[in-house]
Amino acid sequence: MRTLLFAFISGLIFGVGLLVSGMANPAKVLGFLDLAGVWDPSLALVMVGAILVGLFGFTAARRRTTSLLGHPMRLPDSTVIDRRLVIGALLFGAGWGLAGFCPGPAIVALGAGQAKAVIFVAAMVAGMILFQVFQSWEQRQHTALGS
Amino acid sequence: MTIDWTHFTPMTALTGGIMIGLAAVILILVNGRIAGISGILGGLLTPSKGENAWRVAFLLGMVSAPLIWVVVAALPAIEIDASTPLLVIAGLLVGFGTRMGSGCTSGHGVCGLSRLSPRSLVATTLFMAMGFVTVYIVRHVLGGV
Repeated sequence: MRTLLFAFISGLIFGVGLLVSGMANPAKVLGFLDLAGVWDPSLALVMVGAILVGLFGFTAARRRTTSLLGHPMRLPDSTVIDRRLVIGALLFGAGWGLAGFCPGPAIVALGAGQAKAVIFVAAMVAGMILFQVFQSWEQRQHTALGS
Repeated sequence: MTIDWTHFTPMTALTGGIMIGLAAVILILVNGRIAGISGILGGLLTPSKGENAWRVAFLLGMVSAPLIWVVVAALPAIEIDASTPLLVIAGLLVGFGTRMGSGCTSGHGVCGLSRLSPRSLVATTLFMAMGFVTVYIVRHVLGGV
């Protein structure tokens, strides 16, 4: 129960942080991504603020084997920089630049009752499902080639 | 480069950023999980035992943020200028790309950079660069969509 409560609190603070910072507003995010126009550097400061706090928290997290509630620490251990990471990041960046939405802000805008955010989130979930279909197709190809 | 001084909000950006960092730190230290929104949402599409309820709780927290906000104050502006077809294309790209690249602005950008992960540094640099290029093409080559 406490696990769920803290997950909820974390999501809530995350969402409020996005609203406070203005990052739930795609127009403001696009103002940052538009380097050639009149540039709004706000997003860079959001990252600075978040990472300053994160550096301390994640350094402490790395020293632990279990979380404060006794869960195993699920810190990513992959260090491979492969084609999947590169192409995935580029596709995401293109989508981010087209609408000014990344996953977090879109979910907050959905909560704010924005009809266009509902459309974006639905398409985003469809894109996630599409990737799973692609991935299982790729695995089948791989197995077929291997046999 | 011209700075947009009328829209630049350094104090609220820093404050909001600190809150986002705090949220990520709470999730990793208390629950041992990474606050990567695309991973949390995408993880629900392939449900695994013991990992579903906290994901739903986290997303409910995010959705509740504006609902609780309006009780206290007026919601800040959320301006979505993109047309419906553009939103669909953008959403598909964001969904597919974040799953393929194992993360988005929160997972790679906030948590990954805080962990000094080289993988996340590469991902963040690439999606930011691609975001800059895309907005440049849309606004300055095609002249807006």
